[in-house]
Amino acid sequence: MSEIIPIGPYHPLQEEPEFFRLHVDGEVVSKLDIEIGYNHRAIEKLAESKSWDQVVFLVERICGICSTSHPAASINAQEDLGGIEAPERAQYIRMIICELERIHSHLLWLGLAGHFIGYNTVWMWSWKYREIVCDILEKISGNRQSYAMFKAGGVRRDILEEDIPWIKKYIQKLKPALDLFKGAVMDDPVIHARTKGVGILTKEQAIAYCVVGPTARASDVAIDVRKDDPYFLYNQVEFDEIVLPGGDVFDKAAVRILEMFESVKIIEQCLDKMKPGIVDLHIKELPAGEGIGRAEAPRGEVYHYCLSDGSNFPARYKVRAPSYTNILSNEVACIGQKVADAALVLAAVDPCYCCTERLIVVDRQTGDSRELKGDALIKLSHQYTDEIKQSLGIS
Amino acid sequence: MQWPVIEKKIKDKYGEQIEKWHAHNERRIYIDIPLSLLKEFAGYLFTDLKARFIIASGVDTPRGGIEILYHFDFYQMPQVVSLRVFVPKSDLKVESLADIITGIKWIEREINELLGIEFTGHPDMRHLLLPDDWPEGKYPLRRDQ
Repeated sequence: MSEIIPIGPYHPLQEEPEFFRLHVDGEVVSKLDIEIGYNHRAIEKLAESKSWDQVVFLVERICGICSTSHPAASINAQEDLGGIEAPERAQYIRMIICELERIHSHLLWLGLAGHFIGYNTVWMWSWKYREIVCDILEKISGNRQSYAMFKAGGVRRDILEEDIPWIKKYIQKLKPALDLFKGAVMDDPVIHARTKGVGILTKEQAIAYCVVGPTARASDVAIDVRKDDPYFLYNQVEFDEIVLPGGDVFDKAAVRILEMFESVKIIEQCLDKMKPGIVDLHIKELPAGEGIGRAEAPRGEVYHYCLSDGSNFPARYKVRAPSYTNILSNEVACIGQKVADAALVLAAVDPCYCCTERLIVVDRQTGDSRELKGDALIKLSHQYTDEIKQSLGIS
Repeated sequence: MQWPVIEKKIKDKYGEQIEKWHAHNERRIYIDIPLSLLKEFAGYLFTDLKARFIIASGVDTPRGGIEILYHFDFYQMPQVVSLRVFVPKSDLKVESLADIITGIKWIEREINELLGIEFTGHPDMRHLLLPDDWPEGKYPLRRDQ
């Protein structure tokens, strides 16, 4: 007999709709049921009634955090369909936007994870430094989020030459902040105790569940669309693919922290390599046929497939967000974990419910179920961190 | 293993049974295969050639059936291989690949509820995205309804 603890329909950490049913023996998770679909918006069906240009705006609404990775995959699919190659300057502008977004998305996740384990300073600071990224994005696109920059055959706005020195100078502010986070997270004994060996996803499991992005790279599976199937001009810039062998929550966090340094490197190279030129080919029509577009979002590979009958609308539009494969892997990563760790493990894949989409704990001995609300879970997690601190002699 | 080697292996093994081999460009390859060959072919790609399953997508065609594409890649290679099978409306059954590829479980449930294809042998055929009280026999992505 086991107890069932429901977590959801709002994720306590990320406050988005999804539902987890944890089957527990005492405090140890023995089985996990995941339910999604609480916020299905039928984007794929909607896309069939939008023109190719509008599709890019539509897919930008799939996710609020990584609002540029879906447009990136979408224009890659459209350009694959039409055999279009965008101008060089447009490609560099696209890369700058994508990498800035990766930094802000990773900082957002780091803040939430910090808050959950009781490190509110990490939370406040990472969100403070996230503002730098949002400021740069605002300077470039006019928007802090949902930049509306991409279109098949180019970008909608150029980066002004006089803004480039400002961006180069402003981005320098990020470097000491990233160093600070690297030290604060990777050298802290309490964070080590809370996250090392917790929620391990082995390499074999990562392959079987077809996970992508930092979740895969933390499990020693070297996949990164930017390296494997270079889109834009990622083959023209130098950066390291961060791959770690542990598969636990710590490695997933470490991959993200180290990746932010690489993103800064990419942005600086793009700003140096950019030469004046046109940024848009003004594509009017796309031929009949099929197109596949991929992009490396902060959470992993975004995959778009489009089918065109030669008209102005897609005949079929398929979107696969990275969380769709990553969340399912919690089915194995959560087993054997404490309830206090479960929500952290669930969040370690940086799930994006906008793209995919709730925890019930069931006691196997009594068959009772209890629902854990967000506050209760966060309290449970904070208590556990405090216990670790006491055992380590840190108050 | 590089792509030309993989290409040769696939062609050597299934050359005559492949209905159409269409390379849209050097990175995007579409392979049309008969439905009866699907499980063996996909198993060969995933288990023997160490392919990575990306996603499956289904589309209701005007040709009286539903087309399903199974998209694969090979980790550090740019090539995407899309296996295309045609499922006639008279018999909307496809063998489930969930026993070979664990990560395919959700998308088979999704295609089942959105397009009405039954995946035989799938361990859990509940609704994924649609509510539990969704009416029987109504499929949102079908064009004949």
